[in-house]
Amino acid sequence: MINATRTGAVIRKELAEFRRNRLIVVTATLLPIVFLISPTASILAIHASTSSALLSKRVDYSLFLPLLVPLFVPATMSAYSVVGEKEQGTLEPLLTTPITRVELLLGKAVAIFLPAIAVSYLTFGVFLAIVALFADAPVATAMWHAPQLPAEVLFIPLLAAWAIWIGLAISTKVTETRVAQQLSVLGSLPPLALISLMSFQVITPTFGLAAAFAGALLVIDCAACFGVARLFDRERLVTGTRPRRSAPAAVAAPGTVRRLPPVSGTS
Amino acid sequence: MSTQAAIEVSHLAKVFGTRTAVRDVSFTVARGEVFGFLGPNGAGKTTTVRILGTLIAPTSGSASVAGIPVGSAADEEIRQRISITTEAPGLYNRLTVAENLEFFARLYGLPAQNARVYDALSAVGLTNRADDLCGSLSKGLKQRASLARSLLNEPEVMFLDEPTSGLDPAAAHEVLGLVSGLRERGVTIFLTTHRLDEAERLCDRVAIMNTSLRTIGTPDQLRRTLFTRSIAVATAAPLEHPGKVFDGLAAVEGWQPDGPTGYLLTVTDPAAAAPGVTRALVAAGADVLSIGETRHSLEDVYLELIEDREGRS
Repeated sequence: MINATRTGAVIRKELAEFRRNRLIVVTATLLPIVFLISPTASILAIHASTSSALLSKRVDYSLFLPLLVPLFVPATMSAYSVVGEKEQGTLEPLLTTPITRVELLLGKAVAIFLPAIAVSYLTFGVFLAIVALFADAPVATAMWHAPQLPAEVLFIPLLAAWAIWIGLAISTKVTETRVAQQLSVLGSLPPLALISLMSFQVITPTFGLAAAFAGALLVIDCAACFGVARLFDRERLVTGTRPRRSAPAAVAAPGTVRRLPPVSGTS
Repeated sequence: MSTQAAIEVSHLAKVFGTRTAVRDVSFTVARGEVFGFLGPNGAGKTTTVRILGTLIAPTSGSASVAGIPVGSAADEEIRQRISITTEAPGLYNRLTVAENLEFFARLYGLPAQNARVYDALSAVGLTNRADDLCGSLSKGLKQRASLARSLLNEPEVMFLDEPTSGLDPAAAHEVLGLVSGLRERGVTIFLTTHRLDEAERLCDRVAIMNTSLRTIGTPDQLRRTLFTRSIAVATAAPLEHPGKVFDGLAAVEGWQPDGPTGYLLTVTDPAAAAPGVTRALVAAGADVLSIGETRHSLEDVYLELIEDREGRS
């Protein structure tokens, strides 16, 4: 049973922390700008007279780059999420409260998901708006009718979820923010490989294929949620070792414990 | 299990890989008691607190906190009824003091969060710093904010793990004053420390730990058990025949010189021995500068036990 108050508290806290974390703010601002400038410039540079082959290539490239935003922005944020707690020494006090690991993870994931999705769709929306307003009509038409466009819109939340769970998993295992962020960005790349094949139409992005891939990503995201929850063990996080329950390695030698007589009223 | 016990620990052990952190530890802490848990670095104090705080599982043995068995499905209930203040304040530096406390208040599902936060801040004298970012506070103020956080859920049992570590004397004094205040509220306090002076000042009983439990009792009990009772006598000039003065006196078992003009008398009961000793000294024509029972500090007890153990191992 998930306690909405506790999960909500984590979401509010995480969002407040993200807002005041310069590294997160800069990353979440710069990355979309970088991934917006290049495809926009690429599309605006071509004209109605451009050959259809070149136009198709530019459209593929331009639609692919904004997809890096829902991968890299949440990867950066989620990498910080647990490591940040470790670095500040807040993890142990947090784990001594009644919050369950599922509530904590869910709160952290949602707090990353919401801004990451907002930034990603905003980036995509701004890009499409610029194309609609400023690109030559045939270029804009080619963009709007690109077969991978609806699939990519669908993939944004799924890619973000993947990046979040990978980032959280890595964040539970490492102790340094920068290491966590680098590994998280690497970990978020595998689904990108398949998406790039689709974006560049090496694989024809039919509706069936896109739906199958989206379904697979959804299943993987759900499985990753449970996997990360298993990694998020209190003992492992606090001591860095796995819990083990068995007979102690050694028993106290007779005579090594000197106990005084029991004190009245205490037992 | 006793209904009066706030904490009961029975044959608790914790092994990390090949290293035994806690071995066969048993003790009981009564409700409302201030219990000192002493030991050198690496003695297993923090591990024991983490087990009792349901952060880590024991390898063997059992424990209950606030009447609830540790390691059961009710661990969440234990965490609702206790608080743990760690050596590091553990505050979110990018949030204000009030935001930190409000966050934890929500985690405890507390109603009237603002009132509870204000009460906790008042208790530690931090209401005027409520809107300051925690990252801007001194270590002493952070520790006070951390204590305020620990008060939010009005815990039945408070675990204070080295609460004055790294604090200057004035800040440590303030924190100890706050702990004294908690005792008056009837909160059971489990104080982990290696500052023996504060344990002696605050604790009803202390346990000395070095992987296994070395001893447990009130500071006075420990002193009496480990050390013979004695009276220290200082005179203006050395006695000519101290044996004639001290031998055969009631309650005096023996004596030895203690400096050029001092004598240390082993006694069965200082109160019974002192009048006879004083009379004998006066009768011998000695100018008595001082006479009194020698008191061993908790530090003496601690060193005796720890060094004894290290000497054996």
